[in-house]
Amino acid sequence: MAKINLSGLAHSYMPNPSSDADWALKELNLEWDDGGAYALLGPSGCGKTTLLNIISGLLTPSHGAVLFDDVEVTALPPEQRHIAQVFQFPVVYDTMTVYDNLAFPLRNRGVAEDIVRKRVEEVAEMTDLSATLSKRASGLTADGKQKISLGRGLVREDVNAILFDEPLTVIDPHLKFQLRSKLKELHHRVSNTMIYVTHDQTEALTFADKVVVMNVGEVVQIGTPEELFEVPQHTFVGHFIGSPGMNVLPCTVENGEAIFAGRRIEAVNAAGVSPGQAELGVRPEYVTFAPDGLDARVTRVSDAGRFSVADIECGASRLKMLVREGTEIPAENARIAFDPSSTRLYRDGWLCGRNAAS
Amino acid sequence: MPGAALRRANAIQNICYSWTTGRLGALMALELKQVGKRVAGETHVYPTDLVLERGSFNTLLGTTLAGKTTLMQLMAGLEKPTTGEIWFDDVNVTGRPVQKRNVSMVYQQFINYPNMTVFDNIASPLRVARHSEDEIKKRVGAMAELMKISAMLDRRPSELSGGQQQRTAMARAMVKDSDLILLDEPLANLDFKLREELRDELPRIFGQRNCVVVYATTEPSEALLFGGKTAALYEGRVTDFGATGKIYRHPRDLTSAMVFSEPPINTANVRKTEGRILMNENVTWTAPAGLPDGAYTIGIRPHHISPITRDPEAVAIEGTVKVAELSGSESMIHFDAYGDSWVSLSHGVHPFDAGERAVLYADVSRCFYFDTNGKLVAAGGGHTEH
Amino acid sequence: MNKTVNQKAWFFVLPVLVLVAFNAIVPLMTVVNYSVQETFGDNIFFWAGIAWFEEVLTSSRFHASLGRQLTFTFTILAIEVPLGVIIALAMPRKGPWVSVCLVLMAMPLLIPWNVVGAMWNIFGLPEIGLLGKTLNVMGFDYNYTRQPGDAWFTLILMDVWHWTSLVVLLAYAGLVSIPDAYYQAAKIDGASSWSIFRYIQLPKMKRVLTIAILLRFMDSFNIYTEPSVLTGGGPGNSTTLLSIDLVKIALGQFDLGPAAAMSLVYFLVILLMSWIFYTVMTRNEDQ
Repeated sequence: MAKINLSGLAHSYMPNPSSDADWALKELNLEWDDGGAYALLGPSGCGKTTLLNIISGLLTPSHGAVLFDDVEVTALPPEQRHIAQVFQFPVVYDTMTVYDNLAFPLRNRGVAEDIVRKRVEEVAEMTDLSATLSKRASGLTADGKQKISLGRGLVREDVNAILFDEPLTVIDPHLKFQLRSKLKELHHRVSNTMIYVTHDQTEALTFADKVVVMNVGEVVQIGTPEELFEVPQHTFVGHFIGSPGMNVLPCTVENGEAIFAGRRIEAVNAAGVSPGQAELGVRPEYVTFAPDGLDARVTRVSDAGRFSVADIECGASRLKMLVREGTEIPAENARIAFDPSSTRLYRDGWLCGRNAAS
Repeated sequence: MPGAALRRANAIQNICYSWTTGRLGALMALELKQVGKRVAGETHVYPTDLVLERGSFNTLLGTTLAGKTTLMQLMAGLEKPTTGEIWFDDVNVTGRPVQKRNVSMVYQQFINYPNMTVFDNIASPLRVARHSEDEIKKRVGAMAELMKISAMLDRRPSELSGGQQQRTAMARAMVKDSDLILLDEPLANLDFKLREELRDELPRIFGQRNCVVVYATTEPSEALLFGGKTAALYEGRVTDFGATGKIYRHPRDLTSAMVFSEPPINTANVRKTEGRILMNENVTWTAPAGLPDGAYTIGIRPHHISPITRDPEAVAIEGTVKVAELSGSESMIHFDAYGDSWVSLSHGVHPFDAGERAVLYADVSRCFYFDTNGKLVAAGGGHTEH
Repeated sequence: MNKTVNQKAWFFVLPVLVLVAFNAIVPLMTVVNYSVQETFGDNIFFWAGIAWFEEVLTSSRFHASLGRQLTFTFTILAIEVPLGVIIALAMPRKGPWVSVCLVLMAMPLLIPWNVVGAMWNIFGLPEIGLLGKTLNVMGFDYNYTRQPGDAWFTLILMDVWHWTSLVVLLAYAGLVSIPDAYYQAAKIDGASSWSIFRYIQLPKMKRVLTIAILLRFMDSFNIYTEPSVLTGGGPGNSTTLLSIDLVKIALGQFDLGPAAAMSLVYFLVILLMSWIFYTVMTRNEDQ
């Protein structure tokens, strides 16, 4: 268990990076508390796997330092960093039983057999593997194998952090749901520092206390799931988090007021924004039908079960709104309004007056 | 207005559906008659009857190994059924090889010709069919436009993102006017957001085609968003088939309800006596009208259980919280109550500690009642048409 | 799974079937025919029953050559398989040297068998051969044409030189197919290089090694050209392997009956032993 610091970290796969695009990871500073659950979230190629490999020691960064409990480990190989990792595709030792798989990291470190037995049984109980201990690991299903991978990390008492690299990729949805909550439950029990890399917002948001959202090698926002949802610092975060993502509507700003579709729209951070073009960010969750609202046209309604997603044309813009079960969708003369406490102005992608906003 | 038009279109489709079952056959396309598949003594698909019309979007929903892929291969003619017959437009095509059926398929893996440009990839089925170059140019252009890959026509698949590669594969599947297009979990290997984007476009892309579209998925949310029709599959059986919204809101039986619920539907055993439903001494509510006395299994979806309620009719369930997953806009609370595991999915952020006692409120007016055979007898407070 | 039903496909298989019939089935039947008949020439044959089989199975000459054959096969397997795996493990897995190594490895496999025999024949000659001369200069009394031990040494060295590459290439193919994640996980678990070999590399190579062992077993049991060119079975009968003996009986002495019976026994021994190999090595796979 350890606190993790990343200071001035940057990485390029090229020997002499010149332009901005040559950096797989642009300079970043992070501080993660001991025992926290963190997620690195972003689309493919955003640099999240590069960052994970730097933390695990598979990659040495071009710049900056990695510190575990204030001790620099930047140059140490993975085996000396005392970390555990669960990979995208399950890694188990096929010829061994589940028990031997779980015991493997301890036996390699010369732990006495009676302690091995105690630890393995404890971890098997936590990960629901007790019944399969004597089976060959190769015979288990994908979710069982991922539990073994995780279990091999949990048996060790010297682990600084457990890293997860998209661990639910090959798991069926209904089991995904179980394994996801199992991970969360385990984090409460073992209080290890856990770092979870994924492109799936649901996994990141439900697992982590704090999420690092990345895009093209850059950290865009770090925050609690609630912060990311309620106050996205960038339209990318607004779009990437939430399903469907935040509506980003072109508008103009005059006298510290947002004008959209010919009407004045109230926005949290409109005051003090200089006149000109800007974007209005409002989540589909905060768009409602309102009798005195903007003229709009419903072009399509898709049923998502517990809610519907309505595609709306309003002025020259298209947006999506979330309609809760049981709400009537007007076929004609729809009027919509944005919740003023959740409507924000963005310029060049970034939230206007960033510090004042949150 | 589109809403009304949509309803009208649905109504027409329903009428046609009853015609086809009445063997009028005007719109009929693919028909499975008692089609089953056994391999080495193991049943992969039990004898199945299914009618899929032209112009319809059909989703096969089920977990891995439920038989989705086998069913698709039977439809395509890649596998021969061990029992039953497959008819297409009133012609028995059971023994007809796949090359002689007008079928396209899109797989989970992005399958394109690696050494051809995107243009040549999309054009390949047309070149096989010996269309003129002008015609090919026209059709590939239109298809690329529809799939939003016009700018990438000169590139090779390896230079594309996963989403663009799959768009190319789909364009190739659609360019040749197939009678049957089969999509086997095509979005499974894509990033969450790319999946969302394509999922949003698919109904529009396939909407105007006069062919049968069959789409296999493990995700209930995909089936719902596509609309169209859904077949719920469980262990080699089609347990329910019909308009997607109807299957979701009036599942034929408990199995179908479980297949079509994410997160999994909550179930509990109850009794009905003297006009009331009893889960135990403390948890009881007014029974839906007309429900005979006896034992039932109720099914209640996670989003109908919430830690807060304004509904005076909601039934309080007291339990111990196992874990609360808070996603920033929603809370998923896993808890144990009365010997069962429950899941609640609610709007907003509702933190709970593990092990904490909590009261959650179930909107029982939305719950399903299944009899001892698992058949649905009542849903949402009233009887169903089943 | 993806079987395509197309009856036309059978026409494409037909030429192969005809070829196989003339190549394998007809000669095999002829051999079966010879093995139960006696002839004194002039194409006159008599029914001999299982007499030839009894003769072959009880003949000490057959036992001796079978013994030599088994010794040869198991010796080269015991050297080539571990050596092949070791070389495969030592080969680079990435970078420009990969293709260099692969080409070097493939080279011996490209040389015709009789050329290999002739090469080693000259290579080993004590007066003029590089190997023979060197050994003698170094003080070893080496002469493979006179001393049975030296003949065996040269024969095995030749086979190892010729065929270890096959094991290397197959084992290498197995090794490169192991995803990086396995090595990373093992490092994190603190596994030693021996553990990595024992629990990751060996299990993942098992399938290809099974194929390698089977191929090497069958090929070495059938080996004829190279030893025949190198030693011709000598000195004396010391390197007369089964196939060489068979040719001596059939074409040297023209004893068609015993030769036919012997080749059938030979064939059955290979079949039986391949089957045993295969069953033993794949036994634990599906469980």
